Amino acid sequence: MSRPSEERSRIAAVLSSVWSLIAVPLIAVLMALIVGAVVIVLSSVLVLKNPFDPTLPLTAYGALAQGAVGSYDSFVSTLVLTTPLLLAGLGVGIGFRAGLFNIGAQGQFLMGAVGSVAVAVWFAHAPAVIAIIAALLGGMIAGAAWGFVPGLLKATSGAHEVVTTIMMNYIALALLAWIVIGPLRQPGSVSPSTPSVGVAALPIVLDRSGHIGIFIAFLAVPIAWFLLFRTTRGFEIRAVGANPDAARYAGVKPRRLIVLTMSIAGLLAGLAGASVILGVTHQMNTTFSTSVGFDSITVALLGRSNPIGIMVAALLFGAMRAGAGPMQINAGIPVELVDFIQALILLFLIANVALRRLLRLRGVSGAEQTGFETITRSYGGEATG
Amino acid sequence: MDALLHALNGIPVLGLVFQFVEYFITALPFTGHVAVQLAVPICLAALCGVMCERSGVVNIGLEGIMLTCAFTGWFAGALITGVLGPGTPTPIFGFTLPLLLALVAAIGAGMLLSLLHAWLSISVRADQIISGAIINIAAIGLTGYMNTLLSTQTLAATGNFSALRIPAAVAGFPLVGWLINALFGQGPIGIATILIVIIFQILLFRSRWGLRTRSVGEHPRAAETVGIDVIRLRYRNVVMSGALAALGGAYLSMEATNAFQAGMTQGRGFIGLAAMIVGRWTPVGAFGAALLFASSQAISQSISVSPPPGELGTLLSHVPTQFFDALPYLITIVVLAGLIGRSIAPAADGRPYQRESAS
Repeated sequence: MSRPSEERSRIAAVLSSVWSLIAVPLIAVLMALIVGAVVIVLSSVLVLKNPFDPTLPLTAYGALAQGAVGSYDSFVSTLVLTTPLLLAGLGVGIGFRAGLFNIGAQGQFLMGAVGSVAVAVWFAHAPAVIAIIAALLGGMIAGAAWGFVPGLLKATSGAHEVVTTIMMNYIALALLAWIVIGPLRQPGSVSPSTPSVGVAALPIVLDRSGHIGIFIAFLAVPIAWFLLFRTTRGFEIRAVGANPDAARYAGVKPRRLIVLTMSIAGLLAGLAGASVILGVTHQMNTTFSTSVGFDSITVALLGRSNPIGIMVAALLFGAMRAGAGPMQINAGIPVELVDFIQALILLFLIANVALRRLLRLRGVSGAEQTGFETITRSYGGEATG
Repeated sequence: MDALLHALNGIPVLGLVFQFVEYFITALPFTGHVAVQLAVPICLAALCGVMCERSGVVNIGLEGIMLTCAFTGWFAGALITGVLGPGTPTPIFGFTLPLLLALVAAIGAGMLLSLLHAWLSISVRADQIISGAIINIAAIGLTGYMNTLLSTQTLAATGNFSALRIPAAVAGFPLVGWLINALFGQGPIGIATILIVIIFQILLFRSRWGLRTRSVGEHPRAAETVGIDVIRLRYRNVVMSGALAALGGAYLSMEATNAFQAGMTQGRGFIGLAAMIVGRWTPVGAFGAALLFASSQAISQSISVSPPPGELGTLLSHVPTQFFDALPYLITIVVLAGLIGRSIAPAADGRPYQRESAS
């Protein structure tokens, strides 16, 4: 008798729980796009003195979407740009879980690139499979070393990882310049650059640019998830991040764990660097630079240090990066708008308590926070023992 | 004397140390002045961090605030000059009306951004690292966006503040002349920075405001029980600190140079963050750390521009220049890990405060 209404109420319950899960991210993205649209219109009228054109944002976002997912071609380029963000983002996220604020993804990424190109040149005459594996390993080891040092310094002397990782970023930059100008410079090249990675180039498996690194990156998601949530080490990482004192009483050795976590973070960022060198640029010059390191911090924050969340965030950022170029070319909107929109998405996400109250969603208590207490707690220097 | 010096320099290996000391002393008039110039923006960022974090609010948005203010100062200056005309600069410091108004605009922008950070971290009680990251990304995005748009426009030039000219007689004074020139042969923001460091240090450790700020940063609950309004004090300090980072940004586009370039802060906000930590959250310590970093940068520059003569010079010429680029960062790591070790943040740093009676 009351079946249909029961059914209906169950569907309603499911729908409302789904809604409360995706409402905030969705609304955050929408509001960010709206504010971005306002900036586009205002800047066009006030700075460029163009006539008022309310459809300009639609043209811009249309070009952005077209460039990101409009065709198979552009979708593959989104995946290519997602790859390093996803790998480095996972590294930063695992660090966050242990309460470590690793600003060094940038340097670890660059060292991964340096390591892989150096090994690739070394293995120029080896069979492709061996060269590829060796070059990837070279990138991972170089990146891991760049994470290991700040970890070791924090564990032994308590030197703050925020400081040491920032400094390591700049040292990596100088090292990269030296490698390209000095030992690895291709003889006879006009502007300094390394030789091509040759046989170590990652095979293209999707379309014209989709290298195999894409699959490595997406494979890293379940591995990271398994490491964090199904292994003892992962439990220890999360325990140290959540409460270092309690973890120590429970027998976790925080110092060893800090070194391990920083090395894993560096390894993943290094792999990201290797994937760009071996899969995309194929050689390195002095201007080899990237925003991956800092974007990956945002990706990890947006994904709430959860591997699956990080994957979604990396895809979103990869799509925006892929669409930014076409947006500038076809709609005349500078690519930097994408950065601004990314910041706005984060802004509306963390203002979510205020947002939820506004939308009268369920499960909101006054004290609810964004679930990131562990990061700032580590910042206060508690993670060492 | 010369003979003695010559003999000392001739000692194998150890002689190189004497040669370096000699080079260091002869290069001081140049490096000292450059070091202070390089230290000013880093120090201002670090001071902003000290003021925030002493009251319990983490601020990694220094870079973004500086970048925004560098842009705002330059852009506002161009707009104001377009309306009012350039004006005649005063003989000392090169003040003009548009420049001063632009500086006010830059400071206003810094305080406004800090207000956003304060609202997010104090009222919304959001994660403060994310809030700071938002400011950094938004600043890179918005200033880059505007800069690209403006590249097609012609803007009026506002010029920049000029440095105080120390008379040659004073600058050439033995032993202390170079120091006077280094500290006071600077523009208005540079000189103000040195004064701010001293005043801030005294206020933080010797005034009622300073005591309250520190207590709010260490144990807000206890501070509240003795009648301090934690929320209000944190708001006030964070917003005020924005003016400091704003000065750092304005220094880049209005004193050190006369125009804005995309990303012109080049990580100085992050180095400022490091200087704050190395300086153990004190104004004088932060200045010292910024100066240490800047001096090693200045010496590296000096070595690559005019390398020392003799044996030392030949030795250094075999070292890749990139090594000298990396040297300041290496020195910072060594100093932090080897000498300072663990520096401990204010206990309530990064913790949003919630009144017990509220909710």
